[in-house]
This record gives sequence, C-alpha cells and structure tokens, in this order.
Amino acid sequence: MRYVDEFRDPELITKAAEEIHRLANTGKHYRIMEVCGGHTHAIYRFGLKDVLPSNIELIHGPGCPVCVLPMGRIDDGLAVAKQADVIFAAFGDMMRVPGTHGSPFEHKARGTDVRIVYSPADALQLARKNPQRHVMFFAIGFETTAPSTALTLMRAKAEGVGNFSVFCNHVTIIPAMRAILDSPDMRLDAFIGPGHVSTVIGCRPYEWIASTEGMPIVTSGFEPLDLLQSIVMILRQLRAGEARVENQYKRVVPWEGNRAALKAMAEVFQLRPYFEWRGLGFISQSALRVRDEYSQWDAERRFPIPNTRVTDPKAAQCGEVLKGVLKPAQCKLFGKECAPEHPIGALMVSSEGSCAAYYNYEHRKTAAAMLTSIASVA
Amino acid sequence: MGAVSRFRDPQIEMAHGAGGKASRRLVEGLFAPLLSAHSSGPLGDAAHLNIDGGSLAITTDSFVVKPLMFPGGSIGELAVNGTMNDLAVSGAKGEAMVATFILEEGLPTSVLEREVRAMAAALHKAGVALVGGDTKVVERGKADGMYITTTGIGRPLPQVKIDTRSVRPRDKIILSGPIGDHGITILLARGDLDLEADLRSDTRCVLSLIEAMVAEAGPGIRWMRDPTRGGVATSLNELARDCGLGMVLLEEEIPMRDEVRGACELLGLDPLHIANEGQFLAVVAPEYVDAALNALNRAEGGDDALVIGEVRAEPACAVLVTTRYGGSRIVDMLVGDPLPRIC
Repeated sequence: MRYVDEFRDPELITKAAEEIHRLANTGKHYRIMEVCGGHTHAIYRFGLKDVLPSNIELIHGPGCPVCVLPMGRIDDGLAVAKQADVIFAAFGDMMRVPGTHGSPFEHKARGTDVRIVYSPADALQLARKNPQRHVMFFAIGFETTAPSTALTLMRAKAEGVGNFSVFCNHVTIIPAMRAILDSPDMRLDAFIGPGHVSTVIGCRPYEWIASTEGMPIVTSGFEPLDLLQSIVMILRQLRAGEARVENQYKRVVPWEGNRAALKAMAEVFQLRPYFEWRGLGFISQSALRVRDEYSQWDAERRFPIPNTRVTDPKAAQCGEVLKGVLKPAQCKLFGKECAPEHPIGALMVSSEGSCAAYYNYEHRKTAAAMLTSIASVA
Repeated sequence: MGAVSRFRDPQIEMAHGAGGKASRRLVEGLFAPLLSAHSSGPLGDAAHLNIDGGSLAITTDSFVVKPLMFPGGSIGELAVNGTMNDLAVSGAKGEAMVATFILEEGLPTSVLEREVRAMAAALHKAGVALVGGDTKVVERGKADGMYITTTGIGRPLPQVKIDTRSVRPRDKIILSGPIGDHGITILLARGDLDLEADLRSDTRCVLSLIEAMVAEAGPGIRWMRDPTRGGVATSLNELARDCGLGMVLLEEEIPMRDEVRGACELLGLDPLHIANEGQFLAVVAPEYVDAALNALNRAEGGDDALVIGEVRAEPACAVLVTTRYGGSRIVDMLVGDPLPRIC
C-alpha cells in the first residue's frame, strides 16, 4: 500500500532507530512531547518505545480532542438531544465517552437518537434525509476537523437547510501548547509537532516555540518511520544547540498551511473569549464559536443550554496525565476503577487518549514478553 | 438456592452483542451462572454431550446482519455456514439443522424466497439436512426484514480433541486465510461511507478444510475457533485467558487484502478486531504443524493458510503482536462495538 508500506519498512525503521541510539548516546536524558493524540496512538500501536533508547522519554501531550473536552459539554449536548428531541450526531470516538449520566451510547440505549457519522457532511446529509427531524452535529476537534465543520455550515446556509445545527466544541492547539509550557511542573526539551493540525495551520504558528522558548519542534507524520525520523531531526538540533521549526511531514504539511481551510474557518468561526479544557482549566482564546452570521445553525443559540459544570472525580488524575506530568499507569485508578470497558475519563476511551493507548497496547507487556517480542516467532 | 448473577451493567447496549469484552461479561456473568451452573470449564463454540453412550455436538447462532444481502453472501447462507463452522471448529461434522425465522410484516416474499434458496444451497454444499423449524412474524418496524436462528447438531470427529487446557508453550498458531473480508464488506455494503472496494465476504463452510487438517494432524490439534465477531484478537484473547498462556503473533505474517488494510487504516480500526465468516484459527503442536499446513494448503480454499504466531508462557493471558523491527504491542479483546450487526 503506497504511503504506508515504505514508512513501515523494517529495515529503514531499524536504521532510523540505530541513528537515534547513536545521536542520543550523550549521557543526557531527553524529554520530548508529542502534542498530538494521533502520535500517541501510533507510538504505542507500533511499539516504538521498544526500539528507542531508555534516555529518550516521550511525554504525551494534550492533543486528543475528545480527552480535553470537559464532561459538562457532553452533558449539555446530550441534554439538548433529549429535551429538544433532536438527532445527536457525532464521530464514533465520542460515543463511549462518559457524561455524568452515561455516554452517548448509554443514552442511545435509553432512547436518545444517537448516530455515528464519519464527517459533518454526513450529519448534514442526515438532516436532508430527515426533514421532519432536527440534526445536531456535536463538533469536536482541533484545526484538523474545524474546517470541515465550517464548510458544512457554509453549505447548510447556502442550501437553507433549517433542521441542522452544530454544537461547537472546536479548540485550537497553540493556546494549549502555551498552557503546557507555562505550567511550572513541566520541563521539556523538544516537541514532536502535530501532523494533521499542521496540514491546516502550517508550521509558522510554532515559530515562537523555537525563538522564545528555545526548543526544537518538528512536525511529524504518523507512520513509525515518520516518528523516528522526527526524533532524529530533534536530536540533531539539540546536539547542534539549535532550536528551529522543521517539517518532517512535507508530503502532507505545507509550510504556510491550507489557505482555503483557514478561510472557511475564519468565515464561520470566531474565537471564544475563554473555554474550559479538561485538565488544563480555562484557557483564554483557545476555542471557536459559531459567528453571528451563522447563529441559526448554532445549537448553543438555538436551544437552551444547561451550562453544566462537572468537577472530575477527585481520585482521577486525568489533568496530570493530559499535561504529561503523570504517566497513564501512575494514575491511582489506572486499570482498576478506570479501564476501557468502564472508563472514568475520556483518556481511557478515545483511540487517541494516552491511557487507552497505554492500556491497550503496553501495560501487560512484561520483561519476559519483551524478550519474546525481539525474537521472530513464525 | 438462587444462583448469583455477577453481571452489573444496568442495561443492554450494542456492545453486549459484539462478541468482545461486554459479550463475555454478559455470558459469564449472567447466562452461565443462572442457566448452566453445573457445567464447568471454558465456554466453547459448541457443546459436546454424551447421551446414552453416544456423543454429539450441538450449537446455536442467531443472524441479524444488516443489510440482508452483501457482496459474497447473504443472511441465509451465513445462517447455515456460521452454525456449521461453530460445529466444525469444535471438532464436529454437522449432520442436521433446525431453523427459526423471525420475519417482519411487509417483508417481500421474493426476499424471503431468495434467502431460503441461499440456505438450501448452503445446506446442500455442507451435506446437512434441515429437519425442523419455526416461524414468527412481528409488526412492521420491529425487525429489519428478517432474523434467522439456526441450531446445528453434529457428530464429533474421532481423531481430534479440542481442549484449551491442552495448549502448551511453543505450539503454533495457524490461520486459514486473509482476515477482515466479512466485516469490511458489510461496513461498505451499508453505504454509510463514501468508500468503495472490490471486496467480498469470506462466508463459507470450513468443514472440508478442517477435515483435511484433522486427517493428517488430528492428534496435534489442541484448539480451534472461527474468529467471527471480535475478530482474531478476541478469539486468541479468549484462548489466552482460558489457558493462562500468551499468544505471540508476528504482524507482518498476518494475511489481509490491501482493501481491508486500507479501510482499517482510514477508519482507525484494527484488522485483528474485524469479523470473519470463512476463516478459522488452530493451535497445533509443533511436531504436527507441517502436516497440518500441508494438508490445508493442498485442500481447496486452503492455499492461504499459514502460521501467524506461537504460544508462549509470556505475556500470560494476553496477545502480543510483534514486528520485524522489534516493536510490539498488546492486542486486547474488542471493547465496544465499532461495527454492530455484522452477522
């Protein structure tokens, strides 16, 4: 399969890993944060920690959109769906995320009309097909998914589809990275920059990280070779005493971003003055709302919103894990009260959540199993 | 004395029917303790009973697939093959079948006839007689056209004894062919995704393959399973838990079509969790593995069979997928239900 096989080639991966071992052989400890949940998933999915030297520590960042969404927003969305009898449409990732009174799937089993869609355009299509019902798309995601929500709203407006709205939870990545760097308990050496977000915003928005914070950042693809190559690029910068923005994911990420996507976002969305992030608290100008020109399609203005605020269970340490301060297994509830089939936090649900990735792919590996994995089996 | 239920989920959700963790919780927590408290040992694909000195195997399966027809098969064919395969992987040859039809008011007769003909063809191919049945009709809107439940009775194959407790480290794990065809075909056939691929369900009766393997390597076959809902990962996790050992697979050896791989990459699904309807897994003692593979590769439809991994002492009770470059990951049972109602 093109664009996949060549980036999973065992020989090339082994070579990249060897280069990392050579470059990292300095006696220093390197703390590198992968911002994006997709990277976290890939790191565990491909078992990349097994091939990295022990002095390279990967810290999982806040770039899992489902995970940073406060529970109150899910409660609000489901409350609207129930009270106004609308069709609640969302990505599959959302479906098992717990709200105070259960996940969207649990609400579905109790009678709420919950549908999985693969894109906001599918949700709009659902509205066209069900003219007597109202379809509310529960929008989540960083700049990766915001443009498709924007384009869908533009189309809904152009076609005058009246039975469709968006419950907007879109957030932006740069303020979250700022919040991480401002956090006093965080010390990082470099960033693996988000891949999908950067296809939209490009690489320029990260320049302050290099110039003001003095840290290398390399936007990276999602295949094993992409991630290892990005680590090579980071180590080369660190060894040369440099701090630059580099683009490893050139086959997808244009340096200047995607102008059409940015234009659609600007047309439909404006920044909220502040927004609550799970684990990070309120961050100013970190999320998007629907502009007045599109208010007719804004679920938050169309329906009464309870504005639920939920404090996370005290024992759950989602916030610390989200900020990278704690490893998933260091949370007191990990694998016990909180596991994929009975999650307490979204980090244990989303495929991009670091707890789910760690639980699914890593935590039952033992030293003996690791020896096994190094030998060929078939 | 009332039996005790350990099932704590407050309501039934789609995941309880997905064949993964939630299904296991329901079966082991509620059905088994309340309905078969006296049976012991791990739950297999079919029960083997001794009645008046004769032994027989029995299994039952319901089919609620949506849509009723899909490339490569349909609900009628699935209803025969699925039950026959459950018997086959328990080490039994299907002899007779009964079927229950739940039909929705308004179902066109042409659709029903088409599915009955599909069942007849599959029964004929499997050499099995339908010896009884029942029909119920429910109001319009209460069933998606039709549901079929089939129960199969079979004769245990004398040369083979399936027992999870006989599985040993260094045993080899054989897979009969490429994975994921059925699940991805159904997903695409629903038309919810703007994806197209030239893919067909792998639905087929695997008995002839199993008979061929048993003839050459019967005493070395420790365990078999058809990895339907929940896929290869769920079947092997169940085995790992039942025997307390680790199942170690080599990622690059797991066969799948590019279409399946591509769809899984695109949708974030693990092919190891995708359902199959015409494949089986077998754990075979190392000294019998060549004989088993040769027999399969010579048999019709068995040329893709291969060894995908090995039983190890570690990681205990888990499935580990390793890669040639040295990375590895644990693969758990299916949690939740990415693709409801695939069979």
